[in-house]
Amino acid sequence: MTDPADTKLHLNRDHALHLLREMLRIRRFEERCAELYTEEKIRGFLHLYIGEEAIAVGVMQCLTPEDAVIATYREHGHALARGMPMTTMMAEMYGKQEGCSRGRGGSMHLFYASTRFYGGNAIVGGLLPLAIGLALADKMQGRPRVTACFFGEGAAAEGEFHESLNLAALWQLPVLFVCENNLYAMGTALERSESETHIFRKAQGYRIESESVDGMDVIAIEVAARRAAAAVRAGAGPRFLECLTYRFRAHSMFDAQLYRDKAEVEAWKEKGPVLRFGHWLEETGMLDAAGRARIEAGIEEELTAAIAFAESGTWEPVEDLTRDVYTEPRA
Amino acid sequence: MSAEPIETTYREAVREAIRDAIQRDPRVFLMGEDVGRYGGCYAVSKGLYDEFGPERIRDTPLSESGFTGAGIGAAMGGMRPIVEIMTVNFSLLALDQIVNNAATIRHMSGGQLNVPVVIRMACGAGRQLAAQHSHSLESWYASIPGIKVVAPATLEDARGMLWTALEDPDPVLIFEHVMLYNRTGRLSPDTGPVPIEGAAVRRAGDDLTLITYGGSLYKTLEAAETLAAEGVSAEVIDLRSLRPLDDAAIMASVGKTHRAVIVDEGWRTGSLAAEVSARIMEQAFWDLDAPVGRVCSAEVPIPYPKHLEDAALPQVPAILAAAKAALGR
Repeated sequence: MTDPADTKLHLNRDHALHLLREMLRIRRFEERCAELYTEEKIRGFLHLYIGEEAIAVGVMQCLTPEDAVIATYREHGHALARGMPMTTMMAEMYGKQEGCSRGRGGSMHLFYASTRFYGGNAIVGGLLPLAIGLALADKMQGRPRVTACFFGEGAAAEGEFHESLNLAALWQLPVLFVCENNLYAMGTALERSESETHIFRKAQGYRIESESVDGMDVIAIEVAARRAAAAVRAGAGPRFLECLTYRFRAHSMFDAQLYRDKAEVEAWKEKGPVLRFGHWLEETGMLDAAGRARIEAGIEEELTAAIAFAESGTWEPVEDLTRDVYTEPRA
Repeated sequence: MSAEPIETTYREAVREAIRDAIQRDPRVFLMGEDVGRYGGCYAVSKGLYDEFGPERIRDTPLSESGFTGAGIGAAMGGMRPIVEIMTVNFSLLALDQIVNNAATIRHMSGGQLNVPVVIRMACGAGRQLAAQHSHSLESWYASIPGIKVVAPATLEDARGMLWTALEDPDPVLIFEHVMLYNRTGRLSPDTGPVPIEGAAVRRAGDDLTLITYGGSLYKTLEAAETLAAEGVSAEVIDLRSLRPLDDAAIMASVGKTHRAVIVDEGWRTGSLAAEVSARIMEQAFWDLDAPVGRVCSAEVPIPYPKHLEDAALPQVPAILAAAKAALGR
C-alpha cells in the first residue's frame, strides 16, 4: 500500500485495484440504500454520491489516520473511504442505536470520532468554519496534520465559504479544501447562480494555491491531492482543489430532476469514474472478468453483512430521548 | 485563607478571569474582533495582547460565523477557545454556527464528540447605542437544547464563571451586560471558580419574590431597598444561569412569598420572563396569592435618545409598580 503521506502516487496493480474496490464499495452501498429507501427501511433525506466516488476515494489515499475529515450531507462515500465499517454505517442509515451516531444522525450525520471523521454536516457552507477550527487546533498544538474539507460548489455562494477561505489563508492553516463541483446546487445550475463559475478562481482571490481537476478520474485526483496534502502537511498553508464531477442520481429521493436533460445525465455517465477506471484496468491487463467478479463478490458479502447487522440492530429506548444533548455528569 | 479584597471593576474581573484561564491551561485562547491590539471593544482584553501575544489573543476579521465556527472546530480539535462576539446583535451572524453546530454536534454524533467552546458577548442597552447594538436576545439562546447560557451579574460571577465554563464539556454562552462593565466593588484577587448552574438569592425576603438576572439585578435590588423602606420584604433572585433554569430555587422562594415579579430586559413577547412565569404557573400555581407580574422592555427596537431608551427599559418605578400590583396595593 502506498504511504498516505507520500507526495507522489506509485500506481501498482494492488493500489489500482484498491481504488476500484473502494469506488465500487460506495457505488454498491448506495445502490442498495436506494432500494432500502423504497422499502422504507431508510427514511428522511437520502443524498447519493453516485458518480462522484473518485473524489472521496482519491483524496482519502493521501490522508493519515491522524488527519481530520469533514464532509457534507452527501457523505456516505467519504465515510466509507475513511474507514467507517459498513455495518456501523448501515445501522445508522436505519436509525438503529448500533449506528455510528447511535441512530441520532441518519444518512446526513455520519460521525466517526475514531477515524477523525467529523460528519456529516447538512448546512451548506456551515462546515467550512469547523474545518478552520480543526486546523487551527492542530496548528496551535504543533501537530503536522491535514484537515480535509469536502463541500459542493453550492457552498461557494455562502458567506461562510468566503470567511473560511480568508481565515485559512490569513492564518496559513493546514486545510485541504476539496470542492466537489457537480454543477448543480440541488436544482440550480452553476451558471444560474454564480458570476464566476470556476470555483478555484475564488480561492485564488484569497491567495490560496488552487487547481481544477477532472473529478471523474480517480488517478488525477489522487495525484493532485497527494501534491496538495503534502504541501499542507509541510506547513505551506491551505490548498484548494476543485474537482469537476457530476451527480448521476437525483439530489435526494424527493427530486424529480426537472431542471436537467436526461441526455446530459447520460453523457456524464459515459465519463463515470467507475466505468472509466474499470475499462482502463482491463485495457492495461490489471483486471480481468474473474478479478472483477471477485471484487464484486467481496463487496456483496460485506453489504449483506451490513444489512444483516442493521436489520438485527435495536431501537434506542424512548426513555433515552434526551440523552447526549449535554454531557452526562460523571458519577 | 483569602487574600485581601481589592477594589475592582466588572471589566477587570472578566479580564482577570481570561488571564487566569490562559495562564492555567495551554489550550485556552481568546479570539474575536479587536480583542488584541485594540484591547477589546469594551476594553475587556486590554493589555492581554502584549502579555500573551497574537496566537492566544487572536484578532479576527469581521467574520462572526467564520471565527465562531472556528472556535467550535478548535474545541473539537482539543483546544479550549474563548470566542468573543462584540454584541449579541452581531452574534446573529454566527447563529448558524451556534445553533446548527455547537448545540447539535454532541447529539448528532451520538455522544462521540464534545464542543467545549465558550462564547462571550455583550448585551443590553443603556449606552445610547440604538437598535443594532443594544438588544437582549439571550432568551433566544436560552431556548436551545445543547448549549448552556449564563449571565454573570456580580464581580464574583464575572471572575469565576469563565473558568467553570471552560471546564464544561459542552458549549457555554456568557452574556455580559454592557452597563455592568464599569461597576466597581471589592473582590478577593484569589477568587476561584464558581458554579455556572443554579440561581442565587441576592436579598432575602418574605413578602414577594423579584426574579431577575444580568443588568437588571441592580435596578431590582434598588427597588427591593425602596420596598423595604415601605415595610415590604422582597426576596431578590438572580437567575445567573438562563439555561438550565433553576426551577427549585424559584419555586422555593415563591412557595415562601406567594408572589412573584420577573424583571427582564428582553422584550415581553416570548421572553425569558414568559418562560419563568409559565414554569411558576406549572409548578407553583397553588402557592400563588396573586398573578405573576412581568417588567420587560417595551416592544420597540431600542431607540437612540436617552429619554426614549430609558423609557423602553425596565426601570425601578416600573418594578415598584409591578411589585405593588402583586401585593394588591
